[in-house]
Amino acid sequence: MENLQAKAYSLRRDILDMIYRAKTGHIGGDFSVCEILTVLYWRHMNVSPQTMDDPDRDRFVMSKGHSVEALYSVLASRGFFPKEDLLTFSQFKTKYIGHPNNKVNGIEMNSGSLGHGLPVGVGMALAAKMDGRSYRTYVVMGDGELAEGSVWEAFMSAGHYKLDNLIAMIDRNRLQISGSTEVVMHHENLEQRVRAFDWNVIQAEGNSIEALDRALCQAKAFRGAPTCIIANTTKGCGVSFMENQAGWHHRVPTEAEYRAAVRELAEKEAEASA
Amino acid sequence: MRNTVANRQVICDVLMETARQDPDLVVLCSDSRGSASLSKFADTYPRQFVEVGIAEQDLVSISAGLASCGKRAFAASPACFLSTRSMEQARVDVAYSNTNVKLIGISGGISYGALGLTHHSAQDIAVMGSIPNLRVYLPSDRFQTRLLMEQLVRDDAPAYLRVGRNPVEDVYEEGRVPFEMDRATTVCEGEDLTLIACGEMVRVALDAAALLREKQIFCRVLDMYCIKPLDKEAVLRAARETRAIVTLEEHSIIGGLGSLVCQVVAEENRCPVHCMALPDSAPVAGKSQEVFAYYGLEPNHVASVCADLLNR
Ligand SMILES: [Mg+2]
Repeated sequence: MENLQAKAYSLRRDILDMIYRAKTGHIGGDFSVCEILTVLYWRHMNVSPQTMDDPDRDRFVMSKGHSVEALYSVLASRGFFPKEDLLTFSQFKTKYIGHPNNKVNGIEMNSGSLGHGLPVGVGMALAAKMDGRSYRTYVVMGDGELAEGSVWEAFMSAGHYKLDNLIAMIDRNRLQISGSTEVVMHHENLEQRVRAFDWNVIQAEGNSIEALDRALCQAKAFRGAPTCIIANTTKGCGVSFMENQAGWHHRVPTEAEYRAAVRELAEKEAEASA
Repeated sequence: MRNTVANRQVICDVLMETARQDPDLVVLCSDSRGSASLSKFADTYPRQFVEVGIAEQDLVSISAGLASCGKRAFAASPACFLSTRSMEQARVDVAYSNTNVKLIGISGGISYGALGLTHHSAQDIAVMGSIPNLRVYLPSDRFQTRLLMEQLVRDDAPAYLRVGRNPVEDVYEEGRVPFEMDRATTVCEGEDLTLIACGEMVRVALDAAALLREKQIFCRVLDMYCIKPLDKEAVLRAARETRAIVTLEEHSIIGGLGSLVCQVVAEENRCPVHCMALPDSAPVAGKSQEVFAYYGLEPNHVASVCADLLNR
């Protein structure tokens, strides 16, 4: 089996290149969500470039749409479109814009404005129940995003309808654009809050492929309620000087920083492969 | 005899008829099944009905999620909330993502009379009409509502539809309803002046035209139920063939049918346009008819405005 922990580091290098080239992007959240996307796309979700019309494919919604560079890297690496396409990222007339849009193969729904993904996911999960189909719906959210009221409307309706075919993953990196989530709008009782909406909640180490894999196996086996995986991640994970720094939410690295980041990611990838 | 069938009732009828043959048709409400006349649908087709509670944002996003999985989703909620509370969900999850969701705004305009500005939807044309890839329809009577709904249950593109709460007088005769999708209906012909109206105001325009006919002023009445895409050709024809245009709508004077018509007419600058609508302020309290009369949205005043315009 492919070493997915190493894969996640190689994806980070693709992301870094994309952002450095285009001089725009949201590198901090991209790096915190890498393992989440890797484990979903390589181990858990029933999706492939050939089956995007299959009514039984799993559904994925990237609710934290600003981490689109991470999603693009994953989709390109999984063959949804040629990697060279990403040279146009954020360029004039590109379809590879700074937030997901469903003109790009592999992307189901447009996002960018926060708080939309979970209620859309509720609709997808309801459709599966209505049609007796076995696909699952996965929604990845940020933690800053949780201040949007629409997220809680969706927590409520998913709990009400006992949508055990819906899995929400929160990239809990404890930072948002202005700083610490706990200072901006705290979520310290997040697990209890989500549980109170009749969800199954699992906490996991969010930058560990194996920990996320275990959490997803549990989530898939759980019946009678939707599952929320609180993936405790590190924003900027993989590059020491970016980690846990709110400033790297959307900073573009200088040439020196770019070189240092490339070096560090290569070392981490080699370490993970060993 | 006065019509007692509200347009919202007709919407329910068409949804029921369609749901019988189409298991992919789903209806969603936000604690609004009663006001939308959809209780019967919910009872008859419980597996094709989703209640989301008082949560309009959730209502629209869930509809979009269902539609992305092959459902034909009809989300019904009071027009005031649907067009403002969930505007972003309409813009992003429905229109931008291009999901087959039909947003049904009920109790539109000032249907809720004395309930105040919170319950009026006098901005919905401006709001929903500005969203790319979202069609906007305000049908006039029960017969036209049926024909429009029969199209909407079949097509695959997003749309917003607004109807009022109470039964309105018929504009057309049963079995004789000229209707072409996205084309204004010429309700009556005339060469002197054109009245362009939508929704409940079409009947008012028709009655004003009858009053004017007694004075030998012959009005064309256009039922512009298709606010978007607006039937620009019909507007330009009116500008070329008649001496003035008067627009009539149950909407704010800003950004509604009048504004859209002016934009089209201005391209050729051929004829004067006078816009009749609700003011840019919280409307006075009262029953619809009282409020309409207060703002001059009734046949006598409309007729006198038209006559003055021609005498200028
Ligand atoms: Mg965050």
